[in-house]
Amino acid sequence: MSDVHYYQGLAKSMMFTIILVSFAPLFVVVLIAGYQYSVAYEEKVEAHLRELVLKHDQTIDAYLDEKMAEIRVLAEIIDLGHLASPAGIEALHDALTVGHGTDFVDLGLIDENGIQVAYSGPFRLQGLDYSREAWFKAVRKNTVHVSDVGLGMRGVPHFIIALRMRADGREWVLRTTLDFIAFNRLVEDIRIGETGMAYIINREGDFQTTPRRDMTAEVPFLRELARSLTEGADRVHGRAAMAVMDNPATHRETIFVTSPIKGGDWLMVYQQDTADAFATLNRSRDLAIGILFLGGLAITVMAYLMSRRMARKVARADAAKEILNEQVIEAGKLASVGELAAGIAHEINNPVAIMVEEAGWIQDLLEEGLSSGDNEREVQRALNQIRTQGARCKEITHKLLSFARKIDPTVMSFDLNDLVREIVELSGQRAKYANVVIETSLGDNIAPIEASPSEMQQVFLNLVNNAIDAMDPGGGDLDISTRQEGGTVVAQVSDTGSGIPEANLSRIFDPFFTTKPVGKGTGLGLSIIYGIINKLGGTISVDSAVGRGTTFTISLPAGRADGTGTPEA
Amino acid sequence: MPARVLLVDDEKGFVDTMAKRLENRGYTVGVAYDGPQAINALGKGDIFFDVVVLDVKMPGMDGNEALKRIKADHPLVEVIMLTGHATVESAIEGMKSGAFDYLMKPCDLESLMAKIGEAQDKKEAHENKILEARARHIVLRRGE
Repeated sequence: MSDVHYYQGLAKSMMFTIILVSFAPLFVVVLIAGYQYSVAYEEKVEAHLRELVLKHDQTIDAYLDEKMAEIRVLAEIIDLGHLASPAGIEALHDALTVGHGTDFVDLGLIDENGIQVAYSGPFRLQGLDYSREAWFKAVRKNTVHVSDVGLGMRGVPHFIIALRMRADGREWVLRTTLDFIAFNRLVEDIRIGETGMAYIINREGDFQTTPRRDMTAEVPFLRELARSLTEGADRVHGRAAMAVMDNPATHRETIFVTSPIKGGDWLMVYQQDTADAFATLNRSRDLAIGILFLGGLAITVMAYLMSRRMARKVARADAAKEILNEQVIEAGKLASVGELAAGIAHEINNPVAIMVEEAGWIQDLLEEGLSSGDNEREVQRALNQIRTQGARCKEITHKLLSFARKIDPTVMSFDLNDLVREIVELSGQRAKYANVVIETSLGDNIAPIEASPSEMQQVFLNLVNNAIDAMDPGGGDLDISTRQEGGTVVAQVSDTGSGIPEANLSRIFDPFFTTKPVGKGTGLGLSIIYGIINKLGGTISVDSAVGRGTTFTISLPAGRADGTGTPEA
Repeated sequence: MPARVLLVDDEKGFVDTMAKRLENRGYTVGVAYDGPQAINALGKGDIFFDVVVLDVKMPGMDGNEALKRIKADHPLVEVIMLTGHATVESAIEGMKSGAFDYLMKPCDLESLMAKIGEAQDKKEAHENKILEARARHIVLRRGE
């Protein structure tokens, strides 16, 4: 059944429309808002990380500068001769310890040959030769040197601040070891989330602080990173560089924030897995996707159910409309039959009246006697007349019966011209009394049309009746023409009546629209015609002007040319 | 004296037979097959008809229109409308414009003749009144 397909298609298109309309804004909002949010969030996180790293590298720089400054001040104000004695250097170390806690682990004075001449501290380092140490060589060139962190000679991680001094024509180096643990804490304390941590590496990629976890696997990568950053132009003090790359050790995307410290010798590195850094963002993204998915599921299910229900309702409404339509057509049919019957009753009255008169005449003649005059011939004539008029009655009743039988919607192939002739005959009497002259110009070789003959009868009878009404009083000409134009059969009914005012033209096919007085017209005729013609896939149009008359044009698809009257299933 | 009757109907067979039957009963009968013919017959003057039996529904000029014309030209002539069921309203309409009465088709001859008789009486009464009035007028003029 094509009907089922139609309603399924309707349901489908409704469903897709609902889904599209409700999904599209949701999708767009999620996409745009999500993008904006993630961009904003990433910017915030990055800015925060940069800030964090910069702050700490400033702190570390300040720490180192401070320690160097302290040593410098000491060196300038203290007599070198006094320092060279063990008691002197011990007193200075004690003073430093009192003022700065355990920051300064030990203090030593080294002569130009690298021999530690004086020492104060927890180790026995008196007389040790430092001449081959890297820091000693460095301090010979610069006034102050802060070494990398190393195990040194004692096997404990530490770093050294060395200061070159000149006294009595000799060069001395004042050396102090700084507590690695206190220094380490500064950096170690930077920890964010699960994986966020900070550490310091030197140019060679060696760790200057203890990372929170074992990072030996990452050392080659970090060395590479350090080298690239060292060579890079953005290694400027006070600016944190940020890079996002895959960490080869963890195989996870990782954010690296680096900032040079200690004049570029060291590199402060902060690293955090991207997934961890953007954990909140990812959570909200997952939430949004989840909501989108669930919402989409709900929308789809609702759309499916709703469209099915609506399609069912439409189907029911259509069925009800179909039934109503049939009833309306039937009602309209009855109305036109009533109209016809009134005319036909009169038509029958005339022959009946003649018959009654003739019968009376025969009676008169019989009283006179058949033999007198040509009474017998007269009776014969009267009887013939009665037979003629009886036949006329029969014809009229047959016409009425043929029209008034129940509407048969069976579609068959028939000749439109025959139907027009029938209608003209049926309406002839009415037209005569209304002073309407009906003329037909029926085209030759018109293809048969596929329609229900009784419905088409109704169409033409209605049009003809309307036309006759439109020409009342005064009468006029009613032309009915048929012709074939390609694949369509065209029939025109035109009158010279009063015409239809333009204001009414758009409404004449509406049900119950009538200009006739109450009780005279049902307002159904043209709407029924419209329904019938539409059902057959044809068109009906009207051309009218007040005072000039009206022309109705009906176009119907031509049926098979063989003309066999096979009803369509 | 039986009335002089003009029968008007577009059904030729009907009019002719009825004319024969009425003539058989001593009436003077004229026939017309449409409105204009009827008006013509009334106006010609060779017979002065007393009663017109007029069909309401006729092609061309219909009964009501013919009635108006007849009443305008010959106010004393009485008109009986003859009608089918479908046109009773228009027959009544006709009576408003001065028809004497109406009869339904088919009618039997007796009732038609009775109606004709009544119509003739009415016409004669009218004519007598006019004659009386005229006589009085003459008497009054003499008495001056």
